[in-house]
Amino acid sequence: MSDALARRAEPAVEALLRSHRFRAWEALPWLAAAAAFFVFPDYLALGSQILINILFALSLDLILGYAGIVTLGHAAFFGAGAYTAGLLAAHGWGEPLSGLVVAALVSGLLGLVSGAIILRTRALTLLMLTLVIAVMVQEAANKAGSITGGADGLQGMNVAPVLDLFRFDLYGRVAYLYSLAVLFLAWLAARRLVHSPFGRSLTGIRENEARMHAIGSPVFRRRLTIYVIAAALAGIAGALLAQTTQFVALEVLSFERSGAVLIMLILGGVGRLYGAFLGVPLYMILQDRFAQADPVYWDFWIGLLLIIVVMARSGALRAAWRTARRRWSGR
Amino acid sequence: MNAALETRGLCRSFGALAVASDIDFRLEPGARHALIGPNGAGKTTFVNLVTGVLAPSAGRILLDGDDVTQLPQAQRVKRGLARTFQINTLFRGLSVLENVSLAIAERRGVAGDMHRRTGSRREVVDEAYASLERLGLAAEAQRPVREISYGRQRLVELAVSLGLNPNVLLLDEPAAGVPSTESGIIVDVIESLPADIALLIIEHDMDLVFRLARRITVLVQGAVLIAGTPQEIAADPRVREVYLGERVRS
Repeated sequence: MSDALARRAEPAVEALLRSHRFRAWEALPWLAAAAAFFVFPDYLALGSQILINILFALSLDLILGYAGIVTLGHAAFFGAGAYTAGLLAAHGWGEPLSGLVVAALVSGLLGLVSGAIILRTRALTLLMLTLVIAVMVQEAANKAGSITGGADGLQGMNVAPVLDLFRFDLYGRVAYLYSLAVLFLAWLAARRLVHSPFGRSLTGIRENEARMHAIGSPVFRRRLTIYVIAAALAGIAGALLAQTTQFVALEVLSFERSGAVLIMLILGGVGRLYGAFLGVPLYMILQDRFAQADPVYWDFWIGLLLIIVVMARSGALRAAWRTARRRWSGR
Repeated sequence: MNAALETRGLCRSFGALAVASDIDFRLEPGARHALIGPNGAGKTTFVNLVTGVLAPSAGRILLDGDDVTQLPQAQRVKRGLARTFQINTLFRGLSVLENVSLAIAERRGVAGDMHRRTGSRREVVDEAYASLERLGLAAEAQRPVREISYGRQRLVELAVSLGLNPNVLLLDEPAAGVPSTESGIIVDVIESLPADIALLIIEHDMDLVFRLARRITVLVQGAVLIAGTPQEIAADPRVREVYLGERVRS
């Protein structure tokens, strides 16, 4: 009987089974990134920064958007990856691809150790603990100045050509394309992951953790697994930054970076995987423009934009508009 | 023969308040058993203790003769214990079909797969859809749970737990909050469940209890007042006092 059921093509079943297929619009960010390479040759440094931050925001989306873990300390993994790649390149291991792999492993390990402790908590406690971990890592990097360069930053990196062929150039062409290629592969992997049964069960945890326990899901293990994966991806993003700029500053571990990536992701939309592709360019291009127009108060304009976006998304903007109109017409 | 579910001397207190005191309870295989009692009698606490949401202060919980008192929730589910919730506890943003698919994927042990194996995925979704057809939910399969009526959501609540193929199913007020026009469907579904599932129904609605249950346990202030057949319970003066007294007050 179940065979007969399986053979009859139910639209609902087919739709759910097809939900992972590629859609045409998913090519847009890649076309835009390729076009930008030719159209804005003078902005490739900014372009690389954008691509790297997209990867960073993408890794955050995996835990925030899919598993519902809110973190203010995601830069810990980004920074750990940056320092790993930086230290390798400063000590004679300049091969970039293996640098990315080692950075992913180090950041993933940091995610495993910290996650195993803090993911037992929830809500505000968890939020504070993510912040604490990041502050601790940054302070450790600051104290270990003889290794990391401390506040002066890590210098003397010597990064070898990518695949022994493409030397990092002054115009940032190789840096841009290298970042783009890594981002593309990471996106494919992340996309595959969120559409896998594992990814769907994460969505279940975000939607209703109590029910996931009640259907027998090992919730803690699932959350820890995605935390480690996201940490490793953030580590790759950090390593890309180190390799493409040949410099690592303490800022890679800063609270500002953790906060900014959260803002960028929220601007673009959480839990959709494309939020990073929307929010990061928007934030960074606006930041670039605002900073030129108003070097002192550009933060204000970003803040104002964020308020508008968040209110619009929650429907508060429309409600406020209606209230205002009612008051106006009432008088 | 082992009881499908058994508790021995189960206790739990919150501070000085004993919400479960020395509960000895047996649910036979294939039972149709109701747990009743006035508000605050500790019925939902009992479900939370049995399923592992809460840890007991003392006592033991056995599933088919095996002590599961120390096992986490997920492990008890793997041993065939499932529950529904008094207040809908669903994946509201996901479709009805996916709600049930999540449970089935967990039961089949494929929910942790990081790559999508097309064959096993199809088996899961096909099974979920067949289950929706049986429960009359197929027309709503693709709609997000939050968009369907509360009564239909109560059915999804059941469907998700049934996706676990339980031996023991705890139904926490399955028809709570459902208008009487829709509650008939829920009762029909419960009545048509496979005979080998041991059912424990926690309920306020006496009509429903007497229609479904072949055995009733009355819980008052965290302790078992009496257990017996519906006739015995209906005739017991203590039950009348506790229960009808409570009803008159409310």
